[in-house]
Amino acid sequence: MSLWNEQRRKLLNILLGTSVGATLVAILYPILKFMIPPEVIEATQTSVVAGRVNELPPNSGKIFKFGNKPGLLVHTPTGEYKAFSAVCTHLDCIVQYRPDLRLIWCACHNGQYNLSGKNIAGPPPRPLEEYAVNIRGEEIVVSRM
Amino acid sequence: MRGERRERRRIPRSRLWGGFALVSLVLGGLGATVARAQQAKDSCIECHAALEGPLADPVALMREDIHRARGFSCADCHGGDPRSDDPLAAMDPKKGFVARPPHRAIPALCGRCHSNAEFMKRYNPALRVDQEQEYFTSVHGKRLRAGDTRVATCTSCHGAHGIRSVQHPLSPVYPLNVAETCARCHADAEYMREYRLPHDQYDRYRRSAHARALYDRQDLSAPTCNDCHGNHGAVPPGITSVAHVCGQCHVRQATLFRASPHKAAFDAMGLAECVYCHGNHDVLSPTDEMIGTGEKSVCVSCHPPGDAGYQAAERMRALLDDLSRELERARAILDRAERAGMEVSRAKFELSEARDALTHARVLIHAFSVKEVENVIRPGLEVARRGYHAGERALAELNYRRKGLAVSLLFILFLAALLYLKLREIEGPR
Amino acid sequence: MRVETWRSWLDERLGTEAVREFLRRKEVPIHRHTIWYYFGGMTLFLFVVQVVTGALLLLYYRPSAEAAFESVQFIMTEVEFGWLIRSIHSWSANLMIATLFLHMFSAYFMKAYRPPRELTWVSGTLLLFLALAFGFSGYLLPWNKLAFFATKVGTDIAGDVPVIGPFLLRFLRGGEEVTGATLTRFFGFHVAILPGVMTIVLTLHLILVQRHGMSIPPSLEGTRVRTMPFFPNFLLRDLIGWVLAIGALAALAALFPWGLGEKADPFAPAPAGIKPEWYFLFLFQTLRLLPARVGIFEGEVVGVTLFLLGGLFWMLVPFLDKPTSRGWRGRFFTGLGVFIVLYIAVMTIWGYLA
Repeated sequence: MSLWNEQRRKLLNILLGTSVGATLVAILYPILKFMIPPEVIEATQTSVVAGRVNELPPNSGKIFKFGNKPGLLVHTPTGEYKAFSAVCTHLDCIVQYRPDLRLIWCACHNGQYNLSGKNIAGPPPRPLEEYAVNIRGEEIVVSRM
Repeated sequence: MRGERRERRRIPRSRLWGGFALVSLVLGGLGATVARAQQAKDSCIECHAALEGPLADPVALMREDIHRARGFSCADCHGGDPRSDDPLAAMDPKKGFVARPPHRAIPALCGRCHSNAEFMKRYNPALRVDQEQEYFTSVHGKRLRAGDTRVATCTSCHGAHGIRSVQHPLSPVYPLNVAETCARCHADAEYMREYRLPHDQYDRYRRSAHARALYDRQDLSAPTCNDCHGNHGAVPPGITSVAHVCGQCHVRQATLFRASPHKAAFDAMGLAECVYCHGNHDVLSPTDEMIGTGEKSVCVSCHPPGDAGYQAAERMRALLDDLSRELERARAILDRAERAGMEVSRAKFELSEARDALTHARVLIHAFSVKEVENVIRPGLEVARRGYHAGERALAELNYRRKGLAVSLLFILFLAALLYLKLREIEGPR
Repeated sequence: MRVETWRSWLDERLGTEAVREFLRRKEVPIHRHTIWYYFGGMTLFLFVVQVVTGALLLLYYRPSAEAAFESVQFIMTEVEFGWLIRSIHSWSANLMIATLFLHMFSAYFMKAYRPPRELTWVSGTLLLFLALAFGFSGYLLPWNKLAFFATKVGTDIAGDVPVIGPFLLRFLRGGEEVTGATLTRFFGFHVAILPGVMTIVLTLHLILVQRHGMSIPPSLEGTRVRTMPFFPNFLLRDLIGWVLAIGALAALAALFPWGLGEKADPFAPAPAGIKPEWYFLFLFQTLRLLPARVGIFEGEVVGVTLFLLGGLFWMLVPFLDKPTSRGWRGRFFTGLGVFIVLYIAVMTIWGYLA
């Protein structure tokens, strides 16, 4: 009887030790995983490198990714850099720069914005949100105003 | 504080006008009129203000009048001699006094100043001076010339006394008031009977997408009567020019249409381009049902089953429906995942590209080319499907978490049970 | 043998033998109210969970108006097990407040604040206020719409405190309005100032509990009460509770993940039905029920003043409850406790339904 009890005690201790260990592992595993930085670069951006200086000739534009929204970088005919949200204020289509019109243009309903982002023709009800542009060395850095 | 600020703004303005009057005076010409009106005695106002009823009304109304604000007074339109206190002398027809300018003479009366470019430049250089000329190209003007005095002239729309700037919200020709102003005559069945004109345009317009934009969203750029018909030169746009009128705002659709095979066909059949499918006064927001071969389709009124156009319509409708359906499906699954507490805002944002494609494709319908529509729909479908998969993944992840939870709970309960056994063992039976 | 050498080596340097000796002698009374003794340990455990998960969240959280919401979103979507850590942090916070309330009221009704445990009670009430401050400051950190407006309303109420109200409002907000500056301050409160103060008060509370041992309710005083050793018997029971708490937290996090809502927009209109966290709801509901004016005072000012006095009263209960401290049965304070519990329950439910 006491031998049986002794066996039972041993088994219980072994089981207890294992499950305490397992539980600790189960707690530590997510914690360690959490601490490893994820592959994706953080989405929270207040500024982004939208392009390089010699990439855009004057009178042209390009779409860049700003956080999870598209942005539009424009190199104006007068040589300035301007950046806007590329989401049309009418029905959320993506706008583009039209070198022939020297305007920002939305293909969906021919909405037009001037190079200050102001809605000047077509259905857009509001100007495009403008971002600040800074040039750091070769990089064109766009940030929220 | 606020009153103070308003006051500050007001003072320079009146000073500005004073200075303006002074400059006009120095420059000569018609400056004398202004100077007289501002400084000299005005017996018209003095007497009429003291009168009662309709004879005093013009004085009260004129307080709001833009002309009064610029220094004009009664005699500038009615003639006579405001310097005289004697009513007979002041209202002497020999001095040009006209109590009630005849309806027919009104365009010329207003045109005396408003058609004079030299004169108008002093007050508002941006104002056009061709209203009178335009007016006589309108149906109103032509009929007036032919002797019909029931038609509208300047005062019918702008008012006679108390004319406000067209930018003033109380002006009868302010964008929000134009339709009501036109409707005063054009919605009056009795009044329109003689001309055999319909009188339901106003009611139909009020149901239209344009009216919704104008009145509900207060979007002053939305068209009201004069934006399509012209204001001073109001005429119904002809069949050939209607596309140009609509194309003023709907440029893209108009351009696509003009380049499409429909242009020649509509011309040949004498159909009014946009209006044939969309209607005129009661233009509604277009739906996908307008295309295709269904009950509400506008295509089938010309295209018999089986012909190429019929098939193209069917195909384009199918494309739009595909994308709408995929989009809806993706949205639904993402909503479900979101309600379950998953974070899918990025997938939802990316879905906007598909909505973008659908919006764009709906415009491209006006090219009436299956290929063009397909080029936009295809990538849209791709995005929508990606969104759907993201939703599926989110739900799968949720499922995975629940399974993981179930397993870990099992272990935790097991551990708790073992701890309990251990406790029993320690405390044991005494 | 080697264990023994280690033990004596450590004992020489750390004095562990004293601790062991203390643990050997520490006992917990067994009676029909023993169950309530577990809630203090449970609150402590949940606090430890808060410290661990909170420290982990700090690895990714960014305390600025531009980035706070996005960084929490990033934790929830991109970081592995980020959803778990954040949800556990939120759930554990709420459970901790709940167990804290249970612990407090059980101590109150068992009259555990009787001499010589007055200071244990006072330090306990301080811990309650600190926990509420933790909850209030942490709620804003995700910078979502609901939190933004709840903070606006909450700090507005703080502005009604007599005399120092306007100063307090500016002090909390870091300016006249709730802005990014408020967020940064609240972050500072939440992760540095409050934890620092908490460490001191909590240590004091725990030392006092060890010093005086478990209190026995007055109804059992004088009778022979059985006891069990704290170690391992009571601790094992505690451990079972904690293991189950981990399970409960994991289940809540997986089945009811803590949402994030919409990013705060200071210029957006306030959404309908702003409610504070449930543990502030009874205060909020009381203020809502007060008339605009009470006599010559503003209703809100009167309400806030009453709450402040109430808090002070609650803290000083051991010194005010004279009959109990003299060993009689203090029926008045028991009745008052019942009233307070009912009041909080009714107001909270009312606040939820309203």
